[in-house]
Amino acid sequence: MQSSNGRPRGGGPESPAGSQEPPTPSALGAPDGAGYDDPWYDALASGWGESPGGGPAGAVPPARPAPEKVAAADVYLQVQRSQAFQEVRSRYRRFVVPAVTGFFAWYVGYVVAATTAPGLMAHPVVGAVNVAMLAGLGQFLSTFLLTWAYARHARLRRDRAALELRWDTQELTRGARGGAS
Amino acid sequence: MTGNHQSLALLLFSAFVAVTLGITTWVSRNRHGSAEEFYAGGRLFSPLENGFAIAGDYMSAASFLGISGLIALFGYDGLLYSVGFLVAWLVVLFLVAELVRNCGRFTLADVVAARMRERPVRIAAGTSSVTVSVLYLVAQMVGAGSLVALLLGRTSEAAQAWTVIGVGALMIVYVSLGGMRATTWIQIVKAVLLLGGTVALTVLVLVRFHGDFDRLLLTAADRSGHGAAFLAPGLKYGGDWTARFDFMSLGLALVLGTAGLPHILSRFYTVPTARAARRSVVWSIGLIGGFYLMTIVLGFGAAAIVGPDAVRGSNAAGNTAVPLLALDLGGGADSTGGTVLFAVVAAVAFATILAVVAGITLASSASVAHDLYASLRRRRGTPRSEVTVARTAAVGIGVAAIALGLLARDLNVAFLVGLAFAVAASANLPVLLYSLFWRGFTTRGAVWAVYGGLVPALALVALSPVVSGSPESLFPGVDFQYFPLQNPGLVSIPLGFLAGWLGTVTSAEEPDEAKHAETEVRSLTGAGAV
Repeated sequence: MQSSNGRPRGGGPESPAGSQEPPTPSALGAPDGAGYDDPWYDALASGWGESPGGGPAGAVPPARPAPEKVAAADVYLQVQRSQAFQEVRSRYRRFVVPAVTGFFAWYVGYVVAATTAPGLMAHPVVGAVNVAMLAGLGQFLSTFLLTWAYARHARLRRDRAALELRWDTQELTRGARGGAS
Repeated sequence: MTGNHQSLALLLFSAFVAVTLGITTWVSRNRHGSAEEFYAGGRLFSPLENGFAIAGDYMSAASFLGISGLIALFGYDGLLYSVGFLVAWLVVLFLVAELVRNCGRFTLADVVAARMRERPVRIAAGTSSVTVSVLYLVAQMVGAGSLVALLLGRTSEAAQAWTVIGVGALMIVYVSLGGMRATTWIQIVKAVLLLGGTVALTVLVLVRFHGDFDRLLLTAADRSGHGAAFLAPGLKYGGDWTARFDFMSLGLALVLGTAGLPHILSRFYTVPTARAARRSVVWSIGLIGGFYLMTIVLGFGAAAIVGPDAVRGSNAAGNTAVPLLALDLGGGADSTGGTVLFAVVAAVAFATILAVVAGITLASSASVAHDLYASLRRRRGTPRSEVTVARTAAVGIGVAAIALGLLARDLNVAFLVGLAFAVAASANLPVLLYSLFWRGFTTRGAVWAVYGGLVPALALVALSPVVSGSPESLFPGVDFQYFPLQNPGLVSIPLGFLAGWLGTVTSAEEPDEAKHAETEVRSLTGAGAV
């Protein structure tokens, strides 16, 4: 277990994987299975409402260990070009880019409206509640909703695929011991 | 305030100090002295614990007393101010928390330096991190001194000075002996106390109005003397156009600065995985959002129950609104309930300051030892000696903060918190985002991004009305004011991003494709994360 998570305990500053540890046969043989009984993978939320559609990204494991030794630096290029990684990255970006644009525009719009158009913001809606109050509470609400949506999206659409990539990458880096970095 | 309040508040506060010192002793009893232990508390905190600790790190006395005071005096504009503090967490959650956890070890500079030539980048990022921390720290230290004067009615110079010294000494003890583990537990205890106190007061306010929020607002508006204008923006930030742009600048700094605060970034290293980092941010957003919502109730409650005139009479900035509200809710100045509630609020405010300063001191000692010392002194050192440097740095920063806190005691330093956020947003955020997301980013771009945000932010403040040229300035006697806004964010944040871009496109260095691939793969998958 210790070798499979490749955690360099007090290892070199920027070394990307636990290259100090010799690879154990079991870890090399079962890179896929190693993930789920790993202590670093938090079991609590992993079983929650995994929707059928949102399983592992690109079921094909990414880059299998190449027959010849590759330099550690090339491992990351290889993984970066793999289809599974690009799928994880595009899932992340497809959520984050519109979400960041949206909430940032909504916040800036709110601040600009509050400072430049107080008349509009003071427009009463119901009782003591006016547009400004609704917009302010709307900021709180949208923050909570986006947080929930992001956490759910990451849990269902990214976590599993990212974890598989993590182990595969670490196996590859371990195979490429002695390389740069 | 009568003697009863004082002695009970002091008693409660001593209890908090005793508990936190107990935690520190208990934690440092079997410490290992490794860098992992000192900076990151062993990285084995749970998301729930870390979520509370982040909330404890973030909710300062300025939020607890300051924002509710602003609402009590200026109504809606206080709420407007508080929104930025919460929305900022979306930037942290979406763009920073998980990726930083995956790529870095202890500090912001780790993330950037992994892709670049290490030395110049570490020196730049370390310098800006220490600058942000010191600005924030001085604001908290001066705040601690004046808080004592406000809450205990001891306005004497000596009492304020001793408070600053005492707070500084305690934070040095927490950080240098207990490291991240003790700091985290202190923040958790503080977050629980602060939220507990806030929930109790909020419930009491709502009970007073029979759960009718509408009537609470109407009463507050009535009592404020402003009528409906109290519930709409404009009373504080709606003056001339300078004031309006000033608020936009502040809002921008708040929403972008949180993701660049070193003491917030360092909290993500205390959990084992990026997933845990994400879940701790989700917890903290829930806690911080709930806290600010309750602050709104407390602020309007103080306006409705105590009244803005009484609040202003006690402290012109409104910082005593919540303590006065507590006194009233408990049954008045001479009742037992009032005494107890007032003392609880005072003790919670002290606890808040102590926990926040400990977190900042720890983060800045990490920047000094891990980034600056390691780069400037090219000595061969084991991780153990780096921890020794960090402990020494914590003592040094603590002493410097005490000295600055004493020097700035009589100055109006309320702008420092906004300035710390502006510097963090101008100097730390551009370099962080570029490193994580821009393939072509180079070393020169990174260095320019940091200094291109840091220098303009500080220079603009030096030329702004908070330093000279107006009666409320630091130096009212002289006038070298050329920049109209109190907060430089509106100008310096775009400058930071621009400088990073300019440095990159003008540098001869080829961006390292492999290093970028490594950062990208590591940040999104966690491969090779420590």
